[in-house]
This record gives sequence, structure tokens and C-alpha cells, in this order.
Amino acid sequence: MRDADEGRGNALYGPQPDVSGAAGYPDAPPRVGFFTDTSVCIGCKACEVACKEWNAIPADGLGLTGMSYDNTRGLGADSWRHVAFVEQRRPLGGQEPGVAHDDVDVFAAASRLGTDAPAPGPAPETAPAERISPLSPEGRTELRWLMSSDVCKHCTHAACLDVCPTGALFRTEFGTVVVQEDVCNGCGYCVSACPYGVIDQREDDGRVWKCTLCYDRLGVGMEPACAKSCPTDSIQFGPLEELRERARERVARLHAAGVTDARLYGESPDDGVGGAGAFFLLLDEPEVYGLPPDPVVTTRDLPGMWRHAAVAAASLVALAAAGFARRP
Amino acid sequence: MSESDVTRDGVRDARPGREAMTGVHAGRRGRRRGRSERPMVPDAEFASYYGLPVLNKPTWKPLDIAGYLYLGGLAGASSLLAAGGQLTGRPGLAAPAKLGAAGAVSLSLAALVHDLGRPARFLNMLRVFKPTSPMSVGSWLLAGYAPLALTAAATEVTGRYRPVGSAATVAAAFLGPAVATYTAVLLSDTAVPSWHEGYRELPYVFAGSAATAASGLALAAAPAAQAGPARRLAVLGAALELGAFRVMKRRMGLVAEPFEQGRPRLLLRAAELLTTGGAALALLRGRDRRPALAAGAALLTGSAALRFGVFHAGVASAEDPAYTVAPQRERLTAS
Repeated sequence: MRDADEGRGNALYGPQPDVSGAAGYPDAPPRVGFFTDTSVCIGCKACEVACKEWNAIPADGLGLTGMSYDNTRGLGADSWRHVAFVEQRRPLGGQEPGVAHDDVDVFAAASRLGTDAPAPGPAPETAPAERISPLSPEGRTELRWLMSSDVCKHCTHAACLDVCPTGALFRTEFGTVVVQEDVCNGCGYCVSACPYGVIDQREDDGRVWKCTLCYDRLGVGMEPACAKSCPTDSIQFGPLEELRERARERVARLHAAGVTDARLYGESPDDGVGGAGAFFLLLDEPEVYGLPPDPVVTTRDLPGMWRHAAVAAASLVALAAAGFARRP
Repeated sequence: MSESDVTRDGVRDARPGREAMTGVHAGRRGRRRGRSERPMVPDAEFASYYGLPVLNKPTWKPLDIAGYLYLGGLAGASSLLAAGGQLTGRPGLAAPAKLGAAGAVSLSLAALVHDLGRPARFLNMLRVFKPTSPMSVGSWLLAGYAPLALTAAATEVTGRYRPVGSAATVAAAFLGPAVATYTAVLLSDTAVPSWHEGYRELPYVFAGSAATAASGLALAAAPAAQAGPARRLAVLGAALELGAFRVMKRRMGLVAEPFEQGRPRLLLRAAELLTTGGAALALLRGRDRRPALAAGAALLTGSAALRFGVFHAGVASAEDPAYTVAPQRERLTAS
């Protein structure tokens, strides 16, 4: 079936280099997106706040979840950026403060106390010259704190857009996916179709809402509010091709520095959604951050579904015909 | 400078923090002790973010949407019985089938509009035609089918414009099977694991379930002398429904679990018993109407229980990250 779809210009599945062109924009600007580099995210939630303010998203309740510093829980109708906080009993990639003093026998040293204790010797050679890290060395309890700002992926093959029956969801000239709130009738199909759990229905409003990648700001040449407000540039906005290039370099540098956990998520045009417009550099498996490890756009299988439904409809006719075939 | 801008020439004034290296200040580069950061033995269990679901839960109201799946099937298959009854000279079978189809499709439309977040905008469903959206296809199907089914029933009741009614009955029978089976695509074309993974068999399950519901209604309402086709359709439909469901569950693997737990399990067990029992009762023939009435009631409830069971199983599969993460992780490990 994959081959059959490729024959149709990857309308439903597979790589699609010209996503705006395929959507009917002849002279579209380059596709834009986000590269969220979680290795420099500090969990300040400025993106969440900036997004809420710029897009005038209503409050969705104050509650403490007990999930580290995350009280947003996840993406939804009223949270278009969500900072995940993961606490792990694992050392940070590559961290080695060099103050373990493995070669010192403290009991032997204590036994000499009060007698003629020798003057402390020079610092071990492995110790850093000036800075001392507060982190404990390997072998003791260690903690790493992963933070990651999640957002709508603006998929190349967006299931929400494919299944929307009203045309409220559409592809913009920038290759992003946006809901027209004056068209949406709140059928909720996109909510079940999204493989990332991004879009959701606002309860008192009935319509669905999600990140627009600040379509209004893009139109006048500004970058989205979250990227603008990010103090560490963990959220980077720009042309997707450029971001992918930058991300690959960043991963290579992190690997060279010993951070072997670093990996990209959603950047490959060969993945199940044809590559995400918003992709990530993660320091652990995607599911640890609440992301699906191998999402596939549900409409990949739609031709097969229609075929089975057609055969099933024919079988129903056949059953009825068999029922009428013989007079009782 | 505290801000960066994306210009045509690239990023200007990017912050230096972007290039920060984890752990570099602590002086270590490369791995000296040979202890790997990641455990070499894969976790026996799947990882998740505080056990929260990956997917957002379907917003559909069970009574509206599962009810619609059921009523749509009842209407579609009833139209087949109506046309068959009309063409083979069984007016006693055709009449209740026409009325059943019209009643069921009217209730379905009401349920569908009621489920919308903005019911006043229900006509937006006909704003575009999108083959990639089963709901759009379904809206157009219903827009074509409902007037036909209602015309067929109206001419049956009033006895006027009979030729128009006959034409409408036959035309409704062409669209009816599609109305009955497209609802399986409606559920499967989602990211909900237990709905999506059954996409190959679910249309057959729904076709069988539609057949049992419609024949149940016909059995209960048509005179015994003319109910022969309904009797046979009940047995054939039950076999298709239960057989396809078995195959589906076997193929689905882990994501078939929600069908076997909690409320879906009860509903689906009830569906199995009622459908089997109803089909068996349907074979009984005689002067006594009571077995036919019981068979009809059992088949109608059994079909409804199946739709609600499938609906709730899907919702349960979306609420548990295991059904999203574990099969995907398995796929990645295998490839």
C-alpha cells in the first residue's frame, strides 16, 4: 500500500518536500517550524506564558499535580505549549566533577586524628581547577532533571487536517496547520485523530483549539511568541530546512561532548507523519516526555479502510440477497 | 541584546545560551569509566510521562456516537430488507423495515447534531467534500440517504405517490449498506489504538451487527409468513459479526485487551450471548409470536451492546498510554 500511496504523490503518507505547494500554494514561502532543543531548556515556562498572553487563551484552572514543576499536565485546548519536567535518578550526560576522592581512606585518616595528622595534600589532578560542581560523583544518588517544551507538531501529513469534515483545519502558506475558529463546528474528529494528543475541545466553547504557530505573527514577519520569549533559545523558529541542519550539528556536538543520549525526534521526513514541522532534541526516549515513540498518521491506512468498508457493504448486500434467495 | 530575529538572511542576534554544553564546565569530555548512560537491558515495561495518556481522549458522547453507530447500522440494513421485501412481494416485511429505517436515521441525525460542540453549525458538514474525512463522506451519505429513507416511509404511511416511494426504497437500498459500514471507517480513521488497529475487520463486524439489528426489528414486526428473509439474515449476520470480531481480536494483539476488560467486556459478552441467542430463536417457527418477539428484542439489544462495547473499548485504549506506547516501541525495536 505504501507503494500505491507514493504513486499518488504522497498525499497521505511519506516524504513531502513541498507541503504548501501540495496544498495549493503556487509561490509559497519556505516552510517554517520549531526546533525545540531540550538540552538547554531551563523549565522557566516563559513559552507557556507568552503563548497564553499573545493568543488570549483562557485560564484552565490552577492545580498542583505533584509531577515535579509541571502543573500544566499536557497540551490541550487551553495549553498550546507545555513544559514537561522529568526527574530521573541518572547522572547528567557527561558530568564528572572529579571530586570523588576514591583514593582516600577516611577511616584510616580518622584514626590518626588528634595525634599527628599530616597536612592535607594537594588536590587530586582530576579535580577541576577553579569551579566545583555541586553534583555528586558517580556511584551516589544523582538526579537529572529533563525539561522539554512540547507543542503542536504541524505534521507534514496532519491527521487532524485530513479528517476535519468542515474544512476548518487548513494548511497555511507557511506549511503549518491552523484551525479556523469561525468554521469549526466542534465535531471532535481531530481530537481522536491526532497521534500526539495535541488538539482538544474547549468545554464551554465547543470548538477545538491548538497552536497556530502564531499565524498572525508570521504574516507580518514576526517569530512566534514562544520562540521570541525563550531566554535560552531552546525554542528556535525558522525555515524548517535550516532548523534541521542546525539540529543535526547540535546533536553531533553533544555526542562529541559525551552526551550520547541526545537524539532528534520528529525531524525525519521518512517517519510516520512525513516529518514534523516542530521537532525536538531529546535526552531520553520520547515516551519519557509523554511523546509517542513512533506515531503514524492514521490516514496512511485510509485507502485500505475504504476498501474493506466497500467489501463489507457488498457482503451485507450479499447476505440480504441470500436471505431473499429462497421463498420460505 | 536580548532578542533574536529570523530574517531572510538567517537568524540575527541569536543568544549564546543555545550553544551551551551539558556538563562541559565540569571538565569531562568523553567517557572514561566505560559506564554507559543508558541501561543495556531494555526496560521490561514501557516508559511514560507520569502515567498520563499520550492521546487526548475522544470528546464524543457515548450515547450520541455509539448510539449513532447502532442506529446507522439498523437504518442501512433495514433499507435492504425494505427493498427486498418490496421486490419479492412481501409488503408485511417491507413496511416495518421502511419505518424502522426512517425512524433510525432520524434519530441518528439528531444524535449527530446533538454531539457537536456547536450544533448550530451542523450545516458546515456540507461545506466541503473530503474523501480523506470519513465524517465528511458520512455526512454526504446521510444527506443523500435520509431523504430517500424518509420518502420511502412517508409514502408507505400515507399510501400516496407509491411509484415515488418504490423508487426511493430501491435507491435507499443502494446507499444503506454504505451507511451501515462506513461507521467502521469513522472509528478506525483515528489514533485511538483499539479502533485503528481493527480497521481490516471492523467494517465486517459492523455489517454483521447492522444485519442482526435490522432483522431483529423485522422479525419482531413482520408477520411470520413473510419474515423468512429476516430469519436467514439474522443467522448470517450473527455469524459474520461474531466471526469477524474473533479474527479482529486475534490480529490486534495487545490493543485487543481493552475489549476484554471492565465495561467493554461486559457489553461485548452480552452482545455475544444476545446475538447468538437471538439468531437461534429466530430459527424457531410456529404460530406463537413470542419467540419471534424475543428474538427481535435480543438481536436489537445485542447489536446495540456491541456498538457500545466497541466504543468504550476504544476510549479505554486512548486513556492508557500502554496501548499507544508499547506497540510503537515494539515496532521500533523490530525494525
